[in-house]
Amino acid sequence: MRFLLRRLGFYLLTAWAAVTLNFLIPRLMPGDPVDLLVARLKGNVDPAAIDAMKRAFGISDANLWQQYVDYLGNLAQGELGRSITFFPTEVSTVIAGSLPWTIGVVGVATLISYVAGTALGVLMAWKRGTWLDGVLPAATFMHAVPYFWVALALVFVFGVTLEWFPVSRAYALDVVPGFTGEFAGSVLYHAALPAITIVLASMADRILGMRNVMVTTLGEDYVVMAEAKGLTSRRVMWAYAARNAILPNITSFALSLGFVVGGSVLTEIVFSYPGIGSMLLKGVENEDFPLMQGIFLVISLAVLVANFLADLAYVILDPRTRQ
Amino acid sequence: MKIKIGAGILAFFALAAILGPLLIDADPAATGDAGLQGPSAAHWLGTTQTGQDVLVQLVYGARVSLGVGVLSAVIATLLAIVVGLVGGYFGGAVDEVLSVLTNIFLVLPALPLIIVLAGYLPQRGVASVAVVIAVTGWAWGARVLRAQTLSVRRRDFVEAARAGGEGAFRVVFFEILPVLLPVIATSFLATVVAAILAEAGLSFLGLADLSTVSWGSMLYFAQNGQALLIGAWWWFIPPGLCIALIGTGLALVNFGIDEIANPRLRTVKPVKPVKGVKPPREGKVKA
Repeated sequence: MRFLLRRLGFYLLTAWAAVTLNFLIPRLMPGDPVDLLVARLKGNVDPAAIDAMKRAFGISDANLWQQYVDYLGNLAQGELGRSITFFPTEVSTVIAGSLPWTIGVVGVATLISYVAGTALGVLMAWKRGTWLDGVLPAATFMHAVPYFWVALALVFVFGVTLEWFPVSRAYALDVVPGFTGEFAGSVLYHAALPAITIVLASMADRILGMRNVMVTTLGEDYVVMAEAKGLTSRRVMWAYAARNAILPNITSFALSLGFVVGGSVLTEIVFSYPGIGSMLLKGVENEDFPLMQGIFLVISLAVLVANFLADLAYVILDPRTRQ
Repeated sequence: MKIKIGAGILAFFALAAILGPLLIDADPAATGDAGLQGPSAAHWLGTTQTGQDVLVQLVYGARVSLGVGVLSAVIATLLAIVVGLVGGYFGGAVDEVLSVLTNIFLVLPALPLIIVLAGYLPQRGVASVAVVIAVTGWAWGARVLRAQTLSVRRRDFVEAARAGGEGAFRVVFFEILPVLLPVIATSFLATVVAAILAEAGLSFLGLADLSTVSWGSMLYFAQNGQALLIGAWWWFIPPGLCIALIGTGLALVNFGIDEIANPRLRTVKPVKPVKGVKPPREGKVKA
């Protein structure tokens, strides 16, 4: 319990840091967001838009501290300001519309990559010296490949050349969204390539990390002891060795989440997938600062929640943290 | 062996970036009449939509991509050294604050933060992009260096320096720092690769300096020039492959070092049992 409470405290602190960073960025970076916007639209800007933006950022004539308090107050009410690209839609509405797509694809792909990568790592350590070692050079290469480049290659091979999969959008144009099998099928079909990209690009880290820890664990006395007792190899492999080896793996997985999310943003953009990554780019391209910052905040909080879930898994697997 | 191959790959790209533009005297931005040509004797890696030579762009782009990578890694490593060594050496409240700061930057997703910061930049030159990447990329190095400093700070030579009346600044930066140089070098290399990846991502989104040719901007123009739909694989495969190869080179060096420290990680041929002779038993052999 104490372990979880300490982690929770740290995540709250980090959440506060992300919120404060969000408040400080427009003030510390060169160029005033409001001026930039006015300049970009050559003065043709709706006064209501400027007003909404000032309110979202808490920009006013009050002193910095008062501005900060106002900003926190707005945020507490879920007020992220209005998007400039989609004016007068609220930023929170834009995010609510795109977040489910991202959570669906990135969440499922990350889980698949974690489970498959870890299992493969365990097997490769167990069957060291067999043909499975051939996976190592491939994993070493894949672990450094940029996500968006994998996405481009998959689009080229499976989208354009073979025409097996669609290369953009989240569902076909002629399908009406709703709780129908046709719509669900179209969504799955369109999500396939983006999901495969994320799985391929993020799996190598899990394979290599798990294999290395597992190889070390296999040399421990308790593993030899388990074998000497005559337990089945499956039991020794999973319940004795893998269960211990997986602990550092969970920690490194949690730390890599930010990287996976970054890669997913780029992947979404390659596939014009209507998730939060594509929205982020749209925000940046249109100097839509409220949208950009709202998305950064949501992504950061999502990564924090995922980290906390990883901690929970750690506690379930490691009895020592439960004391 | 792994270290040699890895170091060879890294050295190759470093040399290509430094010497390549001297050997190939051409303007990477120069357009030609023959657009979208596949690889040929005249253009080894074909041409882009506007007839630019892909190989020339690749070689000149190496200079920018590696340059941004090295520049931001230098800045990030300096930050990491200061934060990691100061925190690890002084301990107490200073360490608490710096550790929390490091952990926060480790958890926050770097690329979205870089994208937001780049969105605010009025001019996205090479240097400002490098700074933005560095600001988000120092935390890992700081964490490693802090741990190493903790293990060194109570060693005899540090105690001796302190007893000899050296100031804290001198002890940290002239006694402890030199001992940590190998660790700093590895973390520097890892930061270079991460920065190259970040720069490529940023350029690919069109958020870096697109007037200079880098591997990321090549991919940006390939994507926007519909290279995929036209089937111009020679345009977008090489830049990504170079990035991946640099990452592979670094990984090989790191894994090689790991294998020296922990021989079990090496890949071995299993010992075939010979009739009548008992196979040697070491640790776990059942496969």
